[in-house]
Amino acid sequence: MNTLIKPQIRAPFAKKHLLQILDLNRLEALELIERAEGFLPYTSIKEKKLDFLAGQTLINLFFENSTRTQSSFELAGKRLGADVVNMAVKSSSVAKGETLLDTAATLNAMGPDLLVIRHKSSGAAQLLARKVSCSVINAGDGTHEHPSQAFLDSLTLKRTFGRIEGLKIAICGDILHSRVARSNIMLLNMLGAEVRLIAPPTLMPTDADKWGVKIYDNLLHGIEGVDVIMALRLQLERMSGSFLPSPREYFRFYGIDREKIRVAAPHVRVMHPGPMNRGIEIDSEIADDPRISLIVDQVQSGVAMRMAILEAMASYEGGEDA
Amino acid sequence: MRKSKLFTNARIVAPNLNFDGNAEILVIGDVIAEIGENIDTPQDAEIIDCEGNCIMPGLIDMRVSIGEPGAEHRETLKSAGRAAVAGGITTMLIQPDTEHPIDDAAMVDFIIRRGRDASLAKVLSAGALTKGLNGEEMAELGLMSEAGAVLFSNGQNPIKDTKVMQRLMSYSCAYDTLVSTRPQDPWIAGNGNMAQGELAARMGLSGISANAEVIFANRDIVLAQATGCKLLLDMISSARTIPIIENAKADGLDVYASVNVHNLCLNENDVEDYRTFAKLNPPLRSEDDRVELISALKDGIIDVIVSGHDPRPPEEKRLPFDEASFGSSALEVLLSASLSLYHNGHIELIDLVKTMTLNPAVLLGLDSGKIAKGAPADLIVVDLGYPLRFDASELYSKGKNAAFDEKLLQGKVLQTYVDGEKVYDIETGHI
Repeated sequence: MNTLIKPQIRAPFAKKHLLQILDLNRLEALELIERAEGFLPYTSIKEKKLDFLAGQTLINLFFENSTRTQSSFELAGKRLGADVVNMAVKSSSVAKGETLLDTAATLNAMGPDLLVIRHKSSGAAQLLARKVSCSVINAGDGTHEHPSQAFLDSLTLKRTFGRIEGLKIAICGDILHSRVARSNIMLLNMLGAEVRLIAPPTLMPTDADKWGVKIYDNLLHGIEGVDVIMALRLQLERMSGSFLPSPREYFRFYGIDREKIRVAAPHVRVMHPGPMNRGIEIDSEIADDPRISLIVDQVQSGVAMRMAILEAMASYEGGEDA
Repeated sequence: MRKSKLFTNARIVAPNLNFDGNAEILVIGDVIAEIGENIDTPQDAEIIDCEGNCIMPGLIDMRVSIGEPGAEHRETLKSAGRAAVAGGITTMLIQPDTEHPIDDAAMVDFIIRRGRDASLAKVLSAGALTKGLNGEEMAELGLMSEAGAVLFSNGQNPIKDTKVMQRLMSYSCAYDTLVSTRPQDPWIAGNGNMAQGELAARMGLSGISANAEVIFANRDIVLAQATGCKLLLDMISSARTIPIIENAKADGLDVYASVNVHNLCLNENDVEDYRTFAKLNPPLRSEDDRVELISALKDGIIDVIVSGHDPRPPEEKRLPFDEASFGSSALEVLLSASLSLYHNGHIELIDLVKTMTLNPAVLLGLDSGKIAKGAPADLIVVDLGYPLRFDASELYSKGKNAAFDEKLLQGKVLQTYVDGEKVYDIETGHI
């Protein structure tokens, strides 16, 4: 038996699904992070198994390739005692032309309790949530949102700084195509951080200035005095063509390296949702420096955060739908 | 000989007479014989008491897509005709982008003949500007015109090549025909899914910038000026296009514009929650755009309201937003939805009706769309106040994909007459 006190069973969570950040209010967001903090000790001890979700079934439905998010949800589900099924989409009927809703109906008939979905289309999780009776957790939909990533980033920040409110955070890179950025913008704003967005103008969403953030096309101006820099992954197909001329030009002006972060706060920490393109959006010297990089902490927070999300959604008892 | 009909106790809305008031209409055979009071009526005439409701010319919908031939599961001329007359539309103009494009005289002839046989509403055919709508080779505009095509268009596909566009517009002048273009720069629009803006950015959907419309509207107007072509800018959606059209008209160019009824009544927020029924092209834009479009309609800068009817089966709509087809089933909602502009005090009833009757008739060179002695008796009886919760599942159209689904509307057609013959009655359905 482990020596830790088992996290307390909480009151049921008020929401059934986790589809996008703005479906939650501030208190609910804080509650999720708090629940995750209770699970954190379980990520570093030998006896990790709990029984919150014993007898429940979690289906991982990943239409896009993923290593860390899928295994993170899988581990989280298993540590809570759930039966976890990973649907291998590539070899399934989806590859044979079945639509998302047909797949949803089939899965629904199997009676899962939790469905974690990643899909290339924005809004796919919402569509699924309307058609199945279980809880749906969005693990990334197109260029819309990736809420569990934003939550694990906030959990990491809270562990590092003890707070989120008032932190100056620069999100840097391909904001336009980033679901991680969208979820982080909404969540960090909600939690009272000061958010700045830095991107080449071709990779900044239209009207992003209406999101209550400051917009920069110059990295040095954007990271001046910030506590945290979140670098985003630059997709290979966008490194050249009409978004950007070349990876090396991008690194020269937007890559996070030791020279550039001098203008940030002295205690600046750097985050990255992974997987990294070393030497393009982030220099290895930064990524591997434990005094600066929070990248390993993010992965560690990920499992605890997803345990909290799964447990919270599973505890939903009705009332307010979604 | 068909029985004569006397419509009494009616409010007549006749834009061609600039008349909105109480009068009687006598229909003999398939034409309007008399308008006025205490009309000298044949003994055996059927008296139709309109109970104070409105009579207006049957609507002419300049933009209807169907699936026949080749995609009859989407819509046939028969099903579209049933939907049309139930919505007060007595004439519909079929777009050339059918499964097999209407790009030669035989296809035009097919649509017209098939329409005559199968459709309760009158059917007109547009012709494709280019062969197979490929945007490159000119289609036989002259022969199609001779076969009865009343307008030429490349459907939803804009002609990218400016030189080709210029030659088409120039060539069309020989047949004095109306050329309709969808002003949307395909490179800027890309594979956009909704209006570009904050909402699209937040939803993670690629946007269609208003620049796409402004650039191509400008291009086509420049070409219209150069060639003298009679140009219809088909379904404009952005407030920024309005001054361009206004200037072209002020310069005396033969330039006209239409607007999709959806863009007058809905805005981008209807797409929220990834509602694919509201995925339209042109996209629903901001509330500011909507309000400006209404003003432009009122000011006569926009000439015509169209339904943009585009029926889509569930397998094309019940998909993630970026995979779903554009389009909304709208024949049965054109009148009810556009009446909201009148109910909300944006526009006089007679001016509103004009944009769906007289204006399209003049543009297309039709003798319908009006209430006049000798004109075809295409008439509708409308209850302006009829309360309606629009239910897409009850549509006559095969396409149940209506962006107006579940909207509360006011006003409904009670009876529809085509060439003096009753074809629809709200009590008894189709005749």
